[in-house]
Amino acid sequence: MDFALNDLLSMLAATIRVSTPLIFAAMAGIFSERSGIVDISLEGKLLAGAFAAASVAAVTGSPWLGLLAAIGVNMLLSLIHGFASITHNGDQVVSGVAINIIVSGLTVVLGMAWFHRAGQTPTLSSDARFMPIDLPGTEALSSIPVLGDIYSKLISGHNLLVYVAFLSVAVTWWVLFRTRFGLRLRAVGENPKAVDTAGISVAFLRYRAVLIAGILTGIGGTYISIAQNASFIRDMSAGQGYIALAAMIFGKWKPLPAMFACFLFGFLDALAMRLQGVSLPYIGEVPVQLIQASPYILTVILLAGFVGKAIAPKADGVPYVKER
Amino acid sequence: MSSTKQPLPAWADILLIPLINLCIAFAVSSMIIYLIGENPLEAFKVMIEGAFGTSEGLGYTLYYATNFIFTGLAVAIAFHAMLFNIGGEGQAYIGGLGVAIVLLALDQTLPFWALFPLALIAGMLFGAAWAAIPAYLQAYRGSHIVITTIMFNFIAANLMVYLLVNIFIVPGSMTPESRVFSEAAQLPFMHEILGWLGITISESPLNLSFIVAIVVSILFWIYVWHTRWGYALRAVGFSESAATYAGIDPKKIIMVTMLISGGLAGLAGLNEVMGVQHKLMLDFVAGYGFTGIAVALMGRNHPVGIILSSILFGALFQGGAELAFEMPSISKEMVFVIQGLIILFSGALAYMSKPWLEKLFSLFASKKHSETEVD
Amino acid sequence: MRMQDHSPSIPLAIDLRGISKSFGAVQANKDIDLRVPAGTIHGIVGENGAGKSTLMSILYGFYEADSGEIYINGKLTQIRNSTDAIAAGIGMVHQHFMLVENFTVLENIMLGAESGALLSGSIADASTEVMRLEEAFGLQVDLQARIDEIPVGQQQRVETIKALYRGARILILDEPTGVLTPQEADQLFEILRSLREQGVTVIIITHKLREIMDLTDNVSVMRQGQMVAHVKTSDTSKEALAELMVGRKIRMDLDKTPAIPKETRIEIKDLGLVDAQKIRRLDALSFEVHAGEIVGIAGVSGNGQSELLEILSGMRSCSEGEIRINGLTITPQQTSDPEEIRHAGIAHVPEDRLKRGLIPRFSASESSILGYHNSPDYNGTILTKAAAIKNHCLHLMQRFDVRPADPDLKSANFSGGNQQKLILAREMDPQPKVLLIGQPTRGVDIGAIAFIHQQIISMRDQGSAVLLVSGELDELISLADRILVMFDGRIVGEVQAEEADERTLGLMMANAHSTEEKEATHV
Repeated sequence: MDFALNDLLSMLAATIRVSTPLIFAAMAGIFSERSGIVDISLEGKLLAGAFAAASVAAVTGSPWLGLLAAIGVNMLLSLIHGFASITHNGDQVVSGVAINIIVSGLTVVLGMAWFHRAGQTPTLSSDARFMPIDLPGTEALSSIPVLGDIYSKLISGHNLLVYVAFLSVAVTWWVLFRTRFGLRLRAVGENPKAVDTAGISVAFLRYRAVLIAGILTGIGGTYISIAQNASFIRDMSAGQGYIALAAMIFGKWKPLPAMFACFLFGFLDALAMRLQGVSLPYIGEVPVQLIQASPYILTVILLAGFVGKAIAPKADGVPYVKER
Repeated sequence: MSSTKQPLPAWADILLIPLINLCIAFAVSSMIIYLIGENPLEAFKVMIEGAFGTSEGLGYTLYYATNFIFTGLAVAIAFHAMLFNIGGEGQAYIGGLGVAIVLLALDQTLPFWALFPLALIAGMLFGAAWAAIPAYLQAYRGSHIVITTIMFNFIAANLMVYLLVNIFIVPGSMTPESRVFSEAAQLPFMHEILGWLGITISESPLNLSFIVAIVVSILFWIYVWHTRWGYALRAVGFSESAATYAGIDPKKIIMVTMLISGGLAGLAGLNEVMGVQHKLMLDFVAGYGFTGIAVALMGRNHPVGIILSSILFGALFQGGAELAFEMPSISKEMVFVIQGLIILFSGALAYMSKPWLEKLFSLFASKKHSETEVD
Repeated sequence: MRMQDHSPSIPLAIDLRGISKSFGAVQANKDIDLRVPAGTIHGIVGENGAGKSTLMSILYGFYEADSGEIYINGKLTQIRNSTDAIAAGIGMVHQHFMLVENFTVLENIMLGAESGALLSGSIADASTEVMRLEEAFGLQVDLQARIDEIPVGQQQRVETIKALYRGARILILDEPTGVLTPQEADQLFEILRSLREQGVTVIIITHKLREIMDLTDNVSVMRQGQMVAHVKTSDTSKEALAELMVGRKIRMDLDKTPAIPKETRIEIKDLGLVDAQKIRRLDALSFEVHAGEIVGIAGVSGNGQSELLEILSGMRSCSEGEIRINGLTITPQQTSDPEEIRHAGIAHVPEDRLKRGLIPRFSASESSILGYHNSPDYNGTILTKAAAIKNHCLHLMQRFDVRPADPDLKSANFSGGNQQKLILAREMDPQPKVLLIGQPTRGVDIGAIAFIHQQIISMRDQGSAVLLVSGELDELISLADRILVMFDGRIVGEVQAEEADERTLGLMMANAHSTEEKEATHV
């Protein structure tokens, strides 16, 4: 009994760890798309943030400076995407794809030029990383059966940035639904003309939305390289930016449901890793490639079972042009 | 607010603006090269010489271009239906799988002239099949085709690893590759073909599929602008509601177009598997699907533009390989950076220069006007 | 044209001097003067494209004028954007509402004028103020209702409250009655009169001359970007205004002989439709259309007419009932599609020409075969016959006087009237046995309207069965042989052409007409 509980707890804890970058990216996507800007470049931003954080942390030894660098780089990328989408009314999907390709190449080029390690950054010591923290009371509560275990293994002991991820969900919800800024942001994604005729700048609102998205993906990218791992490896975002988009759609562009969608993906990823090498009844051993492909397959299945078109913010992806 | 300028002449729109976008992309790339501590002009010199300076280099350039023509046409035909097919990577990969299956099964029993069409059809069919599910999901379930095709790229990568490691691998070998095809199952190289005609050129991977690419481009042009199916395709792309009014079924068009798109991408597999590698191996696509996007955008979704852009990108890839050799501090991924910048400036920021050009042109127009008035 | 001074003693709410605005080669406003005395209702009339909307957009800060001055309440004012306009006390109720569909009424009113950064405070403040406005002006709405759940007339009220909430003392309304029944329009006019009592200045843009005569104190007439007349409403008439709008005497009547209906070409029995949102759009509809007659469908848009046309033209399937149309039978089980419908000799001029009737980015040639693109006339086994298509387009352009007669010109570059003529030409050319028409003269200038009306009548005289859906009662009364009125997806009245008048039809359109009422008024 105890063994099963431990197993379950460790799976859930793994789920939370794996879902964290997805949550950051999904919240970022919600801000962006709720204001009417489609952001395919979540993937590129996660990767860029990961590279920036790992590089700066390697050079300065400080994870906080790495975090700042990641946020800064991502805000710059957001400005580029914003410039193309908002000011120039360009194709938002093309802009996003372009950024992803540029980042994918540039991280390797710069990594090679600066660190000479075929695209990897130097491995970091734990001082230069974000490490797991124990919440207060873990020691004291650990002796209590069941609850103590849940507290010490599942709730406490996560990386600082994991807790920040949960916080970001709450903050996203509060900003969108309890502030004036959030009301206007949601309005501009539904009917930008209504916002314009009320005397509010559509462009300024959208720029702020994409910049917020940049901040969130910056933290997400930092997590991937210097919290979850100890260095940057080429293409380490591995499609998580796209999966976050699917989670956002599945969560109907709302923060809390999107978070649960991220947990779903995370859980399946954690489950797949558990099943690696394990022989299942009737099926035998599951091929490792199938396990690696499972999040992508799940994304497709979720998108298939789901009529996403009708529920997106009405002006999502439509450039705002003043008509004559 | 709104501009009060005259509209640009057609040639400016079709030639000048893409050229300007290209220059901006190269300018930004130069800055990056400079940042790394190398001389951009040197770098570009090496690239141009590597791509066009030798007959061997030119062969490589055109060989790369062959792939890009296929993936570029694939993206372009989807764009004509307002669909963004990012799945060229996966579709080309799986297309190559189809080619390999046919050749490995039949290369001991059939002659070249039977194997060639069979492999070609298999490449197209498998590529189309890999586009079918995302196509269906977009047409009938509204699932965003961009995300599903990207997912299928990842799935294809994993699938191919599995197949190569567990099924196609030569028993006893450690490398995930199939056996080499027999002579009958290999496309002749262009240097071989020209050799039969008495012309000597340097060896390069350029092969018969280049001719296939040109033929397919012509067929593309005929299909899109000179048949009723092309009319229906463009109608759906421009206005789904009007297409429905006209009795065209947008869902069917989306399906058919994506299948054709996947099939076109699959032909890149023909080039690599039957034309160059002569076996099935990992990662023979190596980013060509994404290059197809850049090529289609630069080439304005028209076969002539696509062929020209493909040659440009072929030069970039071949030049980039030379560059990585001569200037090791610039890794070959720099080509992808340039590619991404071109997509950005030709795709999303395509008309950034338009207001400046319009001002320039109206300045010239008014100067001419005042000149004629003086007379 | 310089204005005559009316009464120097009444202060001017709005004084525009020499306003000009160009878009590229097109001069939308040329040296416009406008004086609107405070506390009056002022009408601005003109044809489509005369420049009325541009002028009001300048007043509301959507565009900046190239030259000229704006005086609001005697003060020279710069209006660079909507914020400036709102600050100057100007509010606008747009033709296409500026509302967020999935927000509540209160959220829409608050948007952009919230009292604080946090919503909780803003909501309380806004509710109080809106209640006050509702009482002061008699504008009732449910604050918690979602916009997409309230009827169109109520949505317009929300737009009006929005403007007043921001302290507007000058209210501009742009074509407000297009989506209202005549009775809802009367209610709106009552509200506007009450606003005038309270000193609010009202400007109403419209092309409906009856409204001008009923409502306004003064009226300005625009034509081709210029202001051509200012008159006191009591000094003028509908006919005089129409002539000023167009610049020449209009023949308002048509050559029309009585109809000689022959065999039944459309037979509709108990047609019903429930849409994907489970809302009933059509309810037990039954009627017939014969060869050689024009049957008109009247009704405020949104009462099922569009759905009826979509079903008859094959773009949608029905939920109940049976249709027999020119030999084809359509039931919920036996659905059809636009291609089959066309093959059966049925042509369709759609309500929305830019979304359905043409493809704006196609050349006129390509648009001229839209729907007929698979025909062997235009195709070999594989290739299309470019020359044949071009000739066909030229032929259509000549028949219907489409200008410019250039088949290679992009469809979007033709004026609205010429686009409509091209579509009508395309659909009428094959001499269809049945002709379905939706809003044939929407956004078309008066000169082309007469021509189009004549063509519709000649189709009828050549034996087609014509079903005409229109939001313009004048058009229906002059063209149709019989008029059916639709309300809420049902047919609520049928009137023969000779007995049709605006009042009766208007009452039917609002489903407020009953035979008892009619008798009562005769007493």
